[in-house]
Amino acid sequence: MDGIAGRTSALNWIVQISVVALVALWVFPTLGLLVSSFRTADQISGSGWWGAMTASEQNLTLRTANPGDDGVQMLVDGVYIVQGQLFDKGSEAAIGVWGTSSLAISEFAPGDTAELSDGETLTVQADGVYIWTSPTQMTGRGQRVFVTATTPPEFTLQNYERVLFSGDSTDGMSQAFFNTLTVTIPATIIPIVIAAFAAYALAWMDFPGRALLIAAVVGLLVVPLQLALIPLLRLHLEIGIGKGYLGTWLAHTGFGLPLAIYLLRNYMVGLPRDIIENAKVDGATDFQIFTKIILPLSFPALASFAIFQFLWTWNDLLVAKVFLIDATGETTVMTNQIVELLGTRGGNWEILATAAFVSIAVPLAVFFAMQRYLVRGLLAGSVK
Amino acid sequence: MNPALQGLMTIIIGVGGCVAYFYFSNQFLDKVLLPAKGANAGRNINRANLIRPWLFLFPAIVALGLYLAYPVVATLWYSVTDRNQGGAFVGFANYQRMMAEPKFWEALRNNMLWLIIVPAASTAFGLLAAQLTDRIKWGAFAKSLIFMPMAISFVGASVIFKLIYDTRPVDQNQIGALNALWLQFDGGIGSFLILRLLPGALMIFAAALALFMAYTNAQAIRDKGFSANAALRAVLIAILGYVVYATLGLAYGAFTNVHPYGEPQTWMTIPGWNSFLLMVVLIWIQTGFAMVILSAALRGIPEETIEAAIVDGANPFQVFFKIKMPQIAGTIVVVWTTITLVVLKVFDIVFAMTNGQWETQVLANYMFDKLFRASDWGVGSASAMVIMLLVSPILVWNVYNARKEMR
Repeated sequence: MDGIAGRTSALNWIVQISVVALVALWVFPTLGLLVSSFRTADQISGSGWWGAMTASEQNLTLRTANPGDDGVQMLVDGVYIVQGQLFDKGSEAAIGVWGTSSLAISEFAPGDTAELSDGETLTVQADGVYIWTSPTQMTGRGQRVFVTATTPPEFTLQNYERVLFSGDSTDGMSQAFFNTLTVTIPATIIPIVIAAFAAYALAWMDFPGRALLIAAVVGLLVVPLQLALIPLLRLHLEIGIGKGYLGTWLAHTGFGLPLAIYLLRNYMVGLPRDIIENAKVDGATDFQIFTKIILPLSFPALASFAIFQFLWTWNDLLVAKVFLIDATGETTVMTNQIVELLGTRGGNWEILATAAFVSIAVPLAVFFAMQRYLVRGLLAGSVK
Repeated sequence: MNPALQGLMTIIIGVGGCVAYFYFSNQFLDKVLLPAKGANAGRNINRANLIRPWLFLFPAIVALGLYLAYPVVATLWYSVTDRNQGGAFVGFANYQRMMAEPKFWEALRNNMLWLIIVPAASTAFGLLAAQLTDRIKWGAFAKSLIFMPMAISFVGASVIFKLIYDTRPVDQNQIGALNALWLQFDGGIGSFLILRLLPGALMIFAAALALFMAYTNAQAIRDKGFSANAALRAVLIAILGYVVYATLGLAYGAFTNVHPYGEPQTWMTIPGWNSFLLMVVLIWIQTGFAMVILSAALRGIPEETIEAAIVDGANPFQVFFKIKMPQIAGTIVVVWTTITLVVLKVFDIVFAMTNGQWETQVLANYMFDKLFRASDWGVGSASAMVIMLLVSPILVWNVYNARKEMR
């Protein structure tokens, strides 16, 4: 249909490039978080994450071994020698230039020998190996060396170790992870069961007031849950549920029901009438029809809603803050934990990025695995 | 008890309880209360079938009533009573106190901006993405990447964008992408093109578009005379007029503002820009949604209409704006209203990124602030009612459409 002669290929190129740009723009933010979560604190504050893939140049202040320590200093041919390696073990950094004074940090090239005071000399190689010599015995601390080093890209898992397994109550996410899971699973399953029955009644049973109920469900779809916070919290406190998992599950069930009923009803109405009428003629009860015919056939709609509700409860902050998290903070969920981290560790991007990525990893996995159902659910819920 | 175990038990009890309720209540109805045998078999079956729907609906009605319908009434009641006077009726006192607060007006003004910019930008980007990805081979892959932010929580997205907006002192490497980009500008010709000409031209284009829409609406009123529809159009024209005024102001600003080149900016503390940067987060999330829906609508357009237009010599832009756009107008409205609902409830982004400081307050966060930090239920409930009021046109419209469809 776009076969307008001569223009197609040029247009096609423009389209291709635009899509690449658009996708890059949309992926860039998430990618930044992912890359940052694998970098150390020094690397993150040293350079932008987009530079993480290429070797980065850093100015470092390093120190040789202390000549005062036991066994460091050796006497060889009447000269006192201290030798060793400036970098930590396993580092692959390469020194470009170096110096012994903060005023002249690029005075020497690797392999040069610097003349220090009192006849001392210092030679530093590109890989950080140094020899420090002196005609007299040396005392005190090691010599400072200012290097400009190129470090190859380096990634670490230590952030994940710290966030997931350290058990630290301020940085750790493991407790919050399980709390979130505890909120999410019942809050996803219970509304599906309730809504499925209600949707069947609204779709296939005849009774007075049906149209009114459907209209009510459509109306309740858009009621902002902000309105429900105070009255329900008060209700929970009065009937003794208080703040806790039970109240949160109930709240999520209530807030998820309109969409669940709406989606499932729309789907069930579209099922072929013949099947249901044949079953009725054969003597099946409504309960049997529902469990044996409608439920299996409605699987795609059930899956769509399950994904919605899962994403929504997993990502929720407001309901958890109001109905779940009490003063002890033991029932904190991941979203709340991240908000707290933003307050206490606003500058520690390695912790923040890792914690945030832990919390979005599960929904992303669900998203990519079940995208088909999600799209179908969106289309059923909106284009009507 | 271990919460995980408690969770598992709740699943079993909750789900098992639901299923057991449905099963046994049906059994009870059929076997005990109105058995389908004996002298009154026929009458009993009819009666059972009258009762059964309500058995199926009962848990849902209770949950919906208790968790959604009752709170609307209760919040309305709290908004006209005073908790400190033992819940005495105080009329509109809470609303008056709310109106007297500058922070409320700031929240309302920001919310209006969110309501215009976020749905417009998300729908526009979504439409662009849908139109572009439908033409290429790897479109499905591109779509799923643009759609991906949909799965990310608002809080997660806030962290992601906080990293982008991060600021370091002037002598350090900038690790926030926005500041790193900003420092590339030095006031030269490139800066003029990108920071002045491009936004200025975009704003003038937006103003022209709004003016054109207002003009077509005005013509429609003149042609069709006055009715309920005309009143709606008049409101729309008023809004569009404001948009024209605002965009022209922004265009003027784009050409005249003095930019502090070479200095890293703390973006979250610059009033005006910070609200806009928060909106970017939501636009980033919602574009995928708009794209998916609009892409389905675009595919649903009958091929013949497009072919006929091409045969008649329409170019791709004419095909898009004159053939495709009118056919997906209904879907655009649906997308727009859905995103509008999300915008009205937006809380997490503002809460996590600025908590309403530096003039970024929005209604939902204002309400949370009043309810749980100031413990002022009256004003909190009053602001919740304002959100409800803003939602209600969409509510009425949805119910109206649903009823029309069922007939």
